Amino acid sequence: MTEPHRPTAREADAAAPLLGLRVPLTPEQSAAKARRFGSLYFAEHWLRTMRGYGWTVVMTAVGTPLVYLFAMGVGLASLIDANTAASLGGDGGSPGSGSLPYLVFVAPALLATAGIMVAAEENTYSVMSGFKWRRTYYGPNASPLSSSQLVGGHTLGLLFRLLLTTGLYYLFLLLFGAVPEPAGWLMIFTAALGGMAFGLPLMAYASSIEEDKGQFAMVQRFVVMPLFLFSGTFFPLAAMPWAVQWIGWVSPLWHSTQLGRVLSYGHAEPAWLTVVHVLYLAVLAAAGWLLAKRSYTRRLGK
Amino acid sequence: MSHATVSKQLTKTVISARGLTKKYGNFAAVDGISFDVPAGESFGLLGPNGAGKSTTMRMIGGVSQRTSGELSIMGLDPDRHGPEVRAHLGVVPQQDNLDDEIRVRDNLIVYGRYFGLPHSYLRPKADELLEFAQLTDKAKARVDSLSGGMKRRLTIARSLINEPKILLLDEPTTGLDPQARHILWDRLFRLKEQGVTLVLTTHYMDEAEQLCDRLIVVDKGRIMAEGSPASLIHEYSTREVLELRFGSERNATVAAQLEGIGERLETLPDRVLIYANDGEAALEQVRYRGLHPLTSLVRRSSLEDVFLRLTGRSLVD
Repeated sequence: MTEPHRPTAREADAAAPLLGLRVPLTPEQSAAKARRFGSLYFAEHWLRTMRGYGWTVVMTAVGTPLVYLFAMGVGLASLIDANTAASLGGDGGSPGSGSLPYLVFVAPALLATAGIMVAAEENTYSVMSGFKWRRTYYGPNASPLSSSQLVGGHTLGLLFRLLLTTGLYYLFLLLFGAVPEPAGWLMIFTAALGGMAFGLPLMAYASSIEEDKGQFAMVQRFVVMPLFLFSGTFFPLAAMPWAVQWIGWVSPLWHSTQLGRVLSYGHAEPAWLTVVHVLYLAVLAAAGWLLAKRSYTRRLGK
Repeated sequence: MSHATVSKQLTKTVISARGLTKKYGNFAAVDGISFDVPAGESFGLLGPNGAGKSTTMRMIGGVSQRTSGELSIMGLDPDRHGPEVRAHLGVVPQQDNLDDEIRVRDNLIVYGRYFGLPHSYLRPKADELLEFAQLTDKAKARVDSLSGGMKRRLTIARSLINEPKILLLDEPTTGLDPQARHILWDRLFRLKEQGVTLVLTTHYMDEAEQLCDRLIVVDKGRIMAEGSPASLIHEYSTREVLELRFGSERNATVAAQLEGIGERLETLPDRVLIYANDGEAALEQVRYRGLHPLTSLVRRSSLEDVFLRLTGRSLVD
């Protein structure tokens, strides 16, 4: 009787099924799920990537309000409040209060600014990186996802970070006693809307850039900074010369800030103007969304 | 299952192109090419830079819309059923596009999610694929710490997360060292044994000879030749090639005296090639004519000879 053949490790390896696990979905089922949930899948990837720089996200979300609130709200406010009485009336005054603490006046603007800053950070270099430097859009582009779903997923990720940032910022504002009205928490969402109104058109622009020639630095210097300074952030827009007031009117930051002021301390303005703030921000966000989808689709080839 | 059914399945066409054309303005990157790829075949696209290989791959992959012609992947039009077509495919792009900000294993899981696959499947599948790609000990490493060969293997592992029936590989081994190339060839060959249809572009003729059952040679967006590596060599070259070096200044002048030896003569700056079915006999004739080359070499004809004959020797950038 002959000895039974014992396969060598190499033979056993060759005989074993190469890949044993069977995929639980057919390609048709995969495609159907991707059509429905593709944006969420990309957002999941986005969030997983964000974990890698989570420390930066948290430090920005926590550190920025602390620094600004101490510097502007406490330091500058003590100077302004001591030297002016009801100086912020008109554009910023609270009805019936007679005088408005500077901290309360500036708080909604700081919160709205945080939304704009996060959007400027997420929708410039990371978009360019997806197309050019790290090319991370091209992997999912070859999967069942559509180009539009990459825009959707990226936007969901941005929304998550915006809400995280504005939510934490709001808590700090509460701690500093900068939000008198109970409806003030709604600023978390109006500031996020402001971020979207600024971030989505920026995303469309970023996705159209083929070569980095310092465009984002220019955006930071000549768009973000002027908006930050001239959008009724630190003083009422009405206090500005007419020649630069238009910056406020077209600025998503001004609209987002004014909405915040209405919610935070009941800033007096006509109801139609409040509606205009919401509509303006929504239209900017929607236009940016459509343009970004078009640009991604063109660039990714489908 | 009857024998007839089995053979019908084996010969089922999974990719079919008819007059496939892609134009950018007036420039036709792909100019009306037609081909069929049956299931389980390893099909190659060969061609110089700018020949239209990658454009063809992108159209097959459903990420570039054709200008005209017909294209069908698993019976579906990629322009109309993009997600469905892409759900059937595994894609290894020319340039790695792994996410270097997440871990090696997470790259596989994240990619599997795009196919709607649950984590309960993806976690063990990722481990299985890492083993297949010989990257198990790198599971938690960052992607940017991997070598070029490892990244390539990871990209191939990623492309298999949905168990595709068709794998598209665009220059899968470009830039890799010989060891890494051989490991990749082994992995690809094993996939082919499992019935996966491979469609690949390559610059490497030895790779095409190793991996492809059949290939098309493409130049300027058109198909120049089609067939198995052996049949192409048979059709477009001779069995052997005699390479003679007389010194770069003499090659051209000596070439005139070599006329009539072998079936074809090609004069290059550094050497003279004589295409002949019997290289040694051709060398005898050279000596018989009183010519004594500095070096001589008789070798078998290769796909590279076919490629250069069909697409020319001038540099394409």
